Amino acid sequence: MVFSRALLKRHSVLPGFDLALGFTLLYLSCIVLVPLSAAFLKTFTMTWPAFWDAVTAPRVVAAYRLTFGASFAAALVNAFFGLVVCWVLVRYEFPGRRVVDALVDLPFALPTAVAGIALTALYSGNGWIGSLLPFKVSFTPVGVWVALTFIGLPFVVRTLQPVLEDLHGEVEEAAAILGATRLQTFGRVILPIVTPALLTGFALAFARALGEYGSVIFIAGNLPMVSEIVPLLIITKLEQFDVPGATAIAVVMLVASFVLLLAINGLQAWTRARQGR
Amino acid sequence: MSAVAIVAAPPRVSEATTEPAWVRRVLIAVALAFLALFLFVPLVAVFAEALKKGVAVYLAAIVEPDALAAIRLTIVAAAISVPLNCVFGVAAAWAIAKFDFRGKNLLLTLIDLPFSVSPVIAGLIFVLVFGLQGWFGEWLRDHDLKIIFALPGIVIATIFITFPFVARELIPLMQAQGIEQEEAARVLGASGWQIFRRVTLPNVRWALLYGVILCNARAMGEFGAVSVVSGHIRGQTNTMPLHIEILYNEYQFAAAFAVASLLAGLALLTLVLKIVVERRVAAQAGGATR
Repeated sequence: MVFSRALLKRHSVLPGFDLALGFTLLYLSCIVLVPLSAAFLKTFTMTWPAFWDAVTAPRVVAAYRLTFGASFAAALVNAFFGLVVCWVLVRYEFPGRRVVDALVDLPFALPTAVAGIALTALYSGNGWIGSLLPFKVSFTPVGVWVALTFIGLPFVVRTLQPVLEDLHGEVEEAAAILGATRLQTFGRVILPIVTPALLTGFALAFARALGEYGSVIFIAGNLPMVSEIVPLLIITKLEQFDVPGATAIAVVMLVASFVLLLAINGLQAWTRARQGR
Repeated sequence: MSAVAIVAAPPRVSEATTEPAWVRRVLIAVALAFLALFLFVPLVAVFAEALKKGVAVYLAAIVEPDALAAIRLTIVAAAISVPLNCVFGVAAAWAIAKFDFRGKNLLLTLIDLPFSVSPVIAGLIFVLVFGLQGWFGEWLRDHDLKIIFALPGIVIATIFITFPFVARELIPLMQAQGIEQEEAARVLGASGWQIFRRVTLPNVRWALLYGVILCNARAMGEFGAVSVVSGHIRGQTNTMPLHIEILYNEYQFAAAFAVASLLAGLALLTLVLKIVVERRVAAQAGGATR
């Protein structure tokens, strides 16, 4: 009671602060903070060489390379096409625009396992899309990239959308009056304004892809050293009762996620600063 | 627009701040082709594959006992975890949006934390806490309580995964709405509960509904975290996504897609409700705050 009052910066006549904050902190601790700390505490019971061996074994390193590489490639493709999709949705009028706009959120709403089996069926050798392609997608690293692209798709579009909607014609008119071509206006005026949001969307898609499991495991084929992602490796270690090994890899991924989270927070602050100007 | 039209002929104005028609057409085509390849075709494929072998096979796959058990378990897990996260979301939003206190930004970041944790790691941490080798493992075994590989584990992993959804929907809206109305109610003598029920709740009910819908969609579809803690016992600890995985790995593709089509239908329903709710929120806020 006294403690929570001391946190208040300003006195308020509204009731319920102690109860609301107290419950929030208790629930947050029980569900998120204490269990997450278990992962870190577990690795402290390992010796340093054992930890180092667990997180740098060749199979683990191959999984990092695939997970980070495919996530990066997927986020990059999403940044480019996300910008195009968002531009088209905000600026142009075409039949079915509202439906398309709503469907962009599909990867948020569709369970990952459903997306996984659908993509696998489509991109396998005799699938609708796979049979048209000259190279194999399902059961290769390319398949991992396909699944991660699907998962990350809404992030760039949804982060860019409010920024593009706020971009009124004035600056573009000014650029045109000053003699800029449309391409120059885009490169020198529009792109700098949307860059923070574009980077935020990229980072969000990348972060989401790093941890993705459900949509990837069906299409990846999961060959060790070739198409095995880190989350699957964690599960494999757990199933072999190698709990310390699984936890050590999980801690590496958690640290990567937290660093990304900090970067995303910074980018979002930058986006707000840009918009506020 | 009309003021500009007087100064210059309309075609030239639109030339200056938009692209030539062919560029527009190419961009629309590129965007739609990309979305078709990665979104629309996979969605259609779920239903096409589900009905490939006919309606009879489709229905048989859904009313099969293991499928029904999975559906029941999925609904039970969501029915427990969504209300809990809903209460948490309201409490967190009340504290964060209506009061000014130290550490608020830290709290906001911590609430978002589950979004940046891999579902597999979310499952793993509960194994570390409640599993046989975990903190409470021996105590739970001695008292004959089962959390991992049982319903409580599935529920708690689902709660973790869907933790931020309701709070995330409510906080920005309640912050934008300020506290003047609540303060007025307080001055007029309303109790805390009356303020919440008569003033705050009507103002945020559509956003709350949308948060609950999103939370529910994610809870019913969660795969990675539940996969780690469930133990995959057929008919007992298999949720719908896990049931889909088992059917798929047994090459029962039509059955796997039949169950998947139910979840895809839920996803589509979620998107429709999202549009409805967004319109209500915009109408309620007068289009100003959102």
